[in-house]
Amino acid sequence: MNTVHQELSAAPEELDYLELDRIIEDEYGGDKENLIMMLQAIQRRYNYIPRPGLTYLSEKTGVPLSRIYGIATFYATFSLEPRGRNLITICLGTACHVRGAKRVQEQIEQNLHIGDGQTTEDGRFTLESVRCIGCCSLGPVVKINEDVHARLAPDQVAKTLNRYE
Amino acid sequence: MKILSVKDLEKISKKFSKKLYDPEGVKVNVGMASCGIAAGAKTTLERALREHPAGNSVEVRQTGCIGFCEEEPLVEILAKGKPRVVYKRVTEDKFADVFRDYLEEKFNKKLILGQMRDPRSVLEEDRENPQEKVKPLKGIPFLDEIPFYAHQVKIALRNCGYIDPDSIEEYIGRGGYFAFVRILAEMKPEEIIATIKKSGLRGRGGGGFPTGIKWESCRKHPGERYIICNADEGDPGAYMDRSVLEGDPHSVLEGMLIAAYAIGSAQGFLYVRNEYPLAVKRLVSAIKQAEAFGLLGDHIAGSNFDFQVKISTGAGAFVCGESTALMASLEGKVGRPRAKYVHTIEKGFRDSPSNLNNVETYANVPVIMLKGADWYAGMGTKYSKGTKVFSLVGKVKNTGLVEVPMGTTLREIIFDMGGGIPKKRKFKAVQTGGPSGGCIPEVFLDLQVGFDELTKVGSMMGSGGMIVMDQDTCMVDLARYFLDFLKGESCGQCTPCREGIKQMLEVLTDICEGRGKEGDIELLEEMGSMIQKFSLCGLGTSAPNPVLTTILYFRDEYEAHIQDKKCPAGVCKPLFHYEVDAKACTGCHVCALKCPQEAITGDKKEVHTLDRDKCIKCGICYEACKFDAIVVR
Repeated sequence: MNTVHQELSAAPEELDYLELDRIIEDEYGGDKENLIMMLQAIQRRYNYIPRPGLTYLSEKTGVPLSRIYGIATFYATFSLEPRGRNLITICLGTACHVRGAKRVQEQIEQNLHIGDGQTTEDGRFTLESVRCIGCCSLGPVVKINEDVHARLAPDQVAKTLNRYE
Repeated sequence: MKILSVKDLEKISKKFSKKLYDPEGVKVNVGMASCGIAAGAKTTLERALREHPAGNSVEVRQTGCIGFCEEEPLVEILAKGKPRVVYKRVTEDKFADVFRDYLEEKFNKKLILGQMRDPRSVLEEDRENPQEKVKPLKGIPFLDEIPFYAHQVKIALRNCGYIDPDSIEEYIGRGGYFAFVRILAEMKPEEIIATIKKSGLRGRGGGGFPTGIKWESCRKHPGERYIICNADEGDPGAYMDRSVLEGDPHSVLEGMLIAAYAIGSAQGFLYVRNEYPLAVKRLVSAIKQAEAFGLLGDHIAGSNFDFQVKISTGAGAFVCGESTALMASLEGKVGRPRAKYVHTIEKGFRDSPSNLNNVETYANVPVIMLKGADWYAGMGTKYSKGTKVFSLVGKVKNTGLVEVPMGTTLREIIFDMGGGIPKKRKFKAVQTGGPSGGCIPEVFLDLQVGFDELTKVGSMMGSGGMIVMDQDTCMVDLARYFLDFLKGESCGQCTPCREGIKQMLEVLTDICEGRGKEGDIELLEEMGSMIQKFSLCGLGTSAPNPVLTTILYFRDEYEAHIQDKKCPAGVCKPLFHYEVDAKACTGCHVCALKCPQEAITGDKKEVHTLDRDKCIKCGICYEACKFDAIVVR
């Protein structure tokens, strides 16, 4: 779960409210049971969930902002802060852990000078850990954007990261 | 076309089984489940399609995972009257060679995993074996002979790797939907429930609750009833459900349809972990096809039975694998469990009777209905019937998914099928049951898998994750790893779990960082016992299990950390260092070249030296050395 943020960051850009309407009403029927999937769709669009997005969602669905904030901070996939151009998802599941995922993580952190949940200053990479993508037989597994890198060894980290702008 | 009867299914089945088993030209099946894709299968498929575009005599298709993930990407090639050969490690650059090998009938052993003697599924025994008259290849093992496959009986995994998961017709071609359509026409709900009860099927997600009794209870409660499939598969290291969803999504839909008809429900939900986007994609496609064929929606197969299925995705919360948390999440809320004084079969989703079953449980249902309860109950042990899929991962040679009859021993799975520990290292423990389970040492390897056996030694079978560990795994670090995971995943409602896990984690962290003291082990045992007794839900009550079993079976490691301030496995960095063993070092210089800190120096053919001040203990040299000359002290 995300730690509680003291202050939600403001959106750096104007939100496309027509797009949000399409997501909330057309795709998900304005139904509050679909809140989690609405938030996922908003995150796919903006690469994170901008604060005005939460407020708008509350207005459209009638669910109090506090509840929506609760959902956005309870579930680990949501980010309330802008993320980098390339999302590094490192699997820290048991099978990957046993095959040395921690050492791969250390190499990544050393290489990029960021920790879990952080973004590089130039906005190039965000590092997030996840507990099991389901490729357990090929661990350690690191996903960068849509590419899944299997059997990754610590000495291959630099080369792999260099492939992404 | 709309399916209205078993006759309609038979027409499709005849046509498509011919396509599956008796292709006109050459057929190339590329394993395209997530593990195959991670190993490079997507580029292999793209290459194959480029070289053999649709419309000519070579048909290139995708299939699901055939289970032997260690050797991915796997590509099967078959042709009329010729053997079916599965090639291993077929990355894009190797595809052309592999294809040529098959066409020119060279059958180079180095490229091949094995040949298929009999591709039929468990539902096709009344058909002739399409490979019966084909002359087998000499010197190439049959797949069913190689240890990885020899002990397996595929029920839940019956179609994975054999059909294109995006084709409902291929599913029907191998016996799919016959169970459901026949039941709809001929059986009463009570009869279906009686069959499932008699089969002895128990929940495959870890709980092991008798499925028939669950369905029977749910049916009794008034109100709008819901059928829910738990596809959250949160246990790290377990991916059995992913394989079924990606390789054979219709098997789950058919199981849900049978449950819906038996219980009396018109609405189903599939709650899928969001880390499985490919599974979601395949399910969306499967649901659309089932609807187009009249097998989902209103007036299914021309009857009065209506059933819709909706897909809901999770958002990264392990606790949402718990039934009440899952249902809260389905309602668009935070996934906090509730106390189960009233069970979810009475009041669950939307406060209505809800039947929740795991993916693998549903996948077994059509087979049980077609082959009969007695057939199913004839496999397994007294209280654990049928088969179970395990994900065999970690420090084992043959990683992958295996489906074995209950009662198979851990030793058979890990050493016969798994091939034992790689790099000549020694077995240390096997972790089963995910974060709720425990670590089982070598002395118990002859235990049989099943719902009850493994609990006798403090672990559990769980959803099927089986993580093998060797001498390089620190059991204290592992216990800390699990607690760290559970601390992050705890919903925070109840004090024993929220505060208790946090405190246990602090004690373990102290131990791993050299600050352990006398009395710490006893403190962990006391806290663990309290958390087990008083937590609100299963996450809390089972959280101490990994810690308590490692203390029970590996106490000496805890004592080494606390008293000697040493980590014998070489994991807890403050408690060990690497050294060059002068007797073993050949001066090959590989470690020095790979060291990211340039901490190793030496001339070629001379014993090397490791500078401890520069060493960051990344382990690259330890893994790289072929002579075991880098040692842990």
